[in-house]
Amino acid sequence: MKRQIPLLITFFVGTLLIISVFVPPLGDLERDFTLFFDIIAVFAFFLGGGNLLRIHLMKLANRRKDWGFSAVTVSGFLFMLAIGLFKVGNPGGIAEAVDAEGSWFKVMFDNVINPLQSTMYSLLAFFVASASYRAFRAKNREATMLLIAAFIILLGRTPLGVMLTGWIPEWMSVAQIPNLAVWIMNSPNLAGQRAIMIGISLGVIATSLRLILGVERSYLGGDSD
Amino acid sequence: MKMKRGEVIVLLVLAVGSVLAYLGKINGWHSGFMFPKWLSITIVSLTFLSMVWMLVRTIQGKLVERRIVFLYVGIAVALPLLMELPQKIIVSDIVRAVYTELEALQPGSKVLVSFDYDPASAPELQPMAEAFIAECFERDLTVIMMGLWPQGPQQAAMAVDSAMKRMGYTDQDKVYGVDYVNLGYQAGNEFVIQRMGSSFQSMFKTDFLGTPYEDIPLVKNVKNFSNINFSFNLSSGFPGTVEWVQVAVDRYGLRMGAGNTAVQAPTIYPYVRSKQVLGLLGGMNGGAEFETVTGLPGKAIGFMLPQSFAHLIVIGFIIIGNVAFFREGRKSRLKG
Repeated sequence: MKRQIPLLITFFVGTLLIISVFVPPLGDLERDFTLFFDIIAVFAFFLGGGNLLRIHLMKLANRRKDWGFSAVTVSGFLFMLAIGLFKVGNPGGIAEAVDAEGSWFKVMFDNVINPLQSTMYSLLAFFVASASYRAFRAKNREATMLLIAAFIILLGRTPLGVMLTGWIPEWMSVAQIPNLAVWIMNSPNLAGQRAIMIGISLGVIATSLRLILGVERSYLGGDSD
Repeated sequence: MKMKRGEVIVLLVLAVGSVLAYLGKINGWHSGFMFPKWLSITIVSLTFLSMVWMLVRTIQGKLVERRIVFLYVGIAVALPLLMELPQKIIVSDIVRAVYTELEALQPGSKVLVSFDYDPASAPELQPMAEAFIAECFERDLTVIMMGLWPQGPQQAAMAVDSAMKRMGYTDQDKVYGVDYVNLGYQAGNEFVIQRMGSSFQSMFKTDFLGTPYEDIPLVKNVKNFSNINFSFNLSSGFPGTVEWVQVAVDRYGLRMGAGNTAVQAPTIYPYVRSKQVLGLLGGMNGGAEFETVTGLPGKAIGFMLPQSFAHLIVIGFIIIGNVAFFREGRKSRLKG
């Protein structure tokens, strides 16, 4: 029973929602089910926050390796949660927006979260450059084609491409780097992306059918029997 | 890992420099400061010559260390911010298409902008957000903003502030709740879009400031997507443009353009070709092209010089790496 009831619920809901797409009078069902999803999603916030606290507090309590980072994580989490919930420093008090001018939340967002997240993302530029230098090799024909395409895109997506090949006459404009970059994006890239999308969609349909029909049971946890 | 004294000094200098630059930014110490043209050309030339020198050393068998690559990328993205060199930006058709859509709208038309990104992607997406909102204000279009990412509404508020400053507007020129509104964040990913198809109010009971939906003049008559004239999605991942296309465009017929990070933009091209996305701003370059076509230069055009310089440096190092690869033989590997 422990397994059969969830399987029955999955079959019933899955089948009903597929039918509701094709039968207009059942269209409202879809809206109601998405509302259920919203309600469940709210619990995920509590679950996520609770899990984060549990893991890091245990690490702190046991003084495990790098426990200092956990201390920073927990204090940062609790601090942001407190100033967001109680709207500390808000000129209009608890009734005003959480990020009103002058609120601690806005100060932290503008001066800590924003620059830190931007910095983390910007570091990618250094690693991409280093990885390209060490690993982007013309090892064979396919790798050489990829390398040439990368050069064209790198130059074509900046004014450099115009500067380098802008002198090419109009009747040969297809050879200008920005136009070559557009062609790469509009033809080979497009074909590849479509192939990937169609493949993913077929995979999603197959997986959904397996779930609805009870063939795929790993979401129930434990062994699949 | 032991650090050499020289590395510690470089790190300290960089840290002090960063703090001074940040303090300078918030206090306006160096606003408007730019290198003279001769200095810019000298820096570019020296960088180029030093890379040629590195190429020669590589041919001689002396490999470039990884920290040198990092140093050059740092120089390539930092110094050009203070340079003024001429650059020609050509507006591509997919960027012009977004502008054409705005051009076709009547003053007062409602434009829905979804901010589906966070500060990590802001350096790329924020300039195009500011340019898009500035253009909407310039054309007297009304803007309804929202976010499927928790930090999206904050990015929206920052974009509006910046656009207002750029256009010289005050709170009286563009009134909150009448000319623009920020509905805030709603959890639920694509299901939010789906439910907005039947009722905006069911998803946004209040706006970002806590004002009840029905009390906001701009949206009190907006029931669902059928009351929106054009939509623009700024996204750097999930949920983002793909979800908006699959739900709002396909099922409710919303007219939509998009602005994406350079990494994500190639995945959106199939939707552009099928006209599900009417126009696309891809990465910093897309933002710069949009600023060019609108005639409102902003951050994106300013950031194109560092991007060009950084791309050139990356290409240079790829060439150097390949020279080392062929010199050492195809089986050898670099220890960078």
